[in-house]
Amino acid sequence: MAWQVEVDGRRCMASGMCAGMAPELFVLAGEHARPVHGEIDPGKVGGTVLDAADSCPAGAITVRDAEKVIGPRP
Amino acid sequence: MPYPFNEAAGLALSDAYEQARDQHGLLRVRLAYGEPAWLVTRYADARLVLGDRRFSRAAGAEHDEPRQSEARRTNGILSMDPPDHTRLRTLVAKGFTVHQVEKLRPGIRDLACALIDELMAAGPPADLVDRFALPLPVAVICRLLGVPERDRPRFRVWSDAALSTSSLTAEEFEASREALRAYMRQLIDEHRRSPQDDLMTGLIDARDCDDGRLTELELVDLCVGILVAGHETTATQIPNFVLTLLAHPDQLVRLRDDPSLIPGAVEELLRFVPLGSGAGFPRYATEDIEVGGTVVRAGEPVLVAVGAANRDALRFEAPERLDIERQGNQHLGFGHGVHHCLGAPLARVELQEALRALRLRLPGLHLAGDVVWKTQMLVRGPRSLPVGW
Repeated sequence: MAWQVEVDGRRCMASGMCAGMAPELFVLAGEHARPVHGEIDPGKVGGTVLDAADSCPAGAITVRDAEKVIGPRP
Repeated sequence: MPYPFNEAAGLALSDAYEQARDQHGLLRVRLAYGEPAWLVTRYADARLVLGDRRFSRAAGAEHDEPRQSEARRTNGILSMDPPDHTRLRTLVAKGFTVHQVEKLRPGIRDLACALIDELMAAGPPADLVDRFALPLPVAVICRLLGVPERDRPRFRVWSDAALSTSSLTAEEFEASREALRAYMRQLIDEHRRSPQDDLMTGLIDARDCDDGRLTELELVDLCVGILVAGHETTATQIPNFVLTLLAHPDQLVRLRDDPSLIPGAVEELLRFVPLGSGAGFPRYATEDIEVGGTVVRAGEPVLVAVGAANRDALRFEAPERLDIERQGNQHLGFGHGVHHCLGAPLARVELQEALRALRLRLPGLHLAGDVVWKTQMLVRGPRSLPVGW
């Protein structure tokens, strides 16, 4: 089951953290970051996407498995 | 060209940066120690070099890194690339998110007010650095990390040495670093014996419970890094911001009249004030990459002058003007990319609350004597700032 990845453009401060950490998953497009793919395969990049969500200083990245929020981790 | 350009005393941005920004390609510079480097001064180039994984910090270990002092700094997390960097960063990142540090705001506000009370009781004149700018972030980071505030005079000396660019020999630098590590090891031992509700205890748990996640030396250096980086820059920027606002009376009046401008003012001051004496922490190209019209070859170091990039007219309208109501202010004051300042959200809250307290309690704040500048430090700012009100 794929996970959904979102970046909240209102919270994003364009620190470049996610795009620097995981350029295959996030791109800094002008003022804000966005996910390269809205859905990702947790078996392949699940750990990386959670690391990025945990590291975002603005808490702008949300990872969902179905409806459940799994990242950033508590 | 010899580097750095900026004068140590004062907050001016050297004219040499403007020339470098306007010229095609990158400038070649040489620091007092290490190999020559390319210097980036434009905003877009700065974001590329700081944000792109083809530029490595870790590769510096295999080179004679360009630097201002003899000693080689091994900066722990700041000398790592992903995925090693990610392993450490994720351990500490959650303690410093916007969400987490907002919870600290009321305590920081009270602390700022209490310090102003003491300052007012002591003067005028009084030293804004010693009585306000320094104790505020020190108290905040000490409580957060789990370091006794009363030890401030001890770690102050080591912390100064850690950021010094001065006459310290490599041996002296090394000795000071080891003293600070020994101090932190002792605190870590105490926390192991009696765990507290603080970041140090959290990191110790990660070290002891999650095998292989963190080595003991990494744990020590992370705590040292958080303590040093966690107060020195903020303590330096508070008086820098005060001086800059005093030099721009129209902006100061706007801020006095409307406290809702404080967050924007902090962002603008972070953009406007070139904190560093010069760019440091070189990034090494891992393949040939074109940056601003120059092909940087694999294995060559690049220095990023964020103070210059923050005044790039291609990114900021009227960049030489301090405008606390500037919109879309994505400055590089906290860096960019994976090494974007871990403590940025905390620094923002501290700087906002510092300005708020000063504005509220000391609206007539003015200089009351000569500024003594730090010299031979990686960060520029007053060592003492006598003020009246």
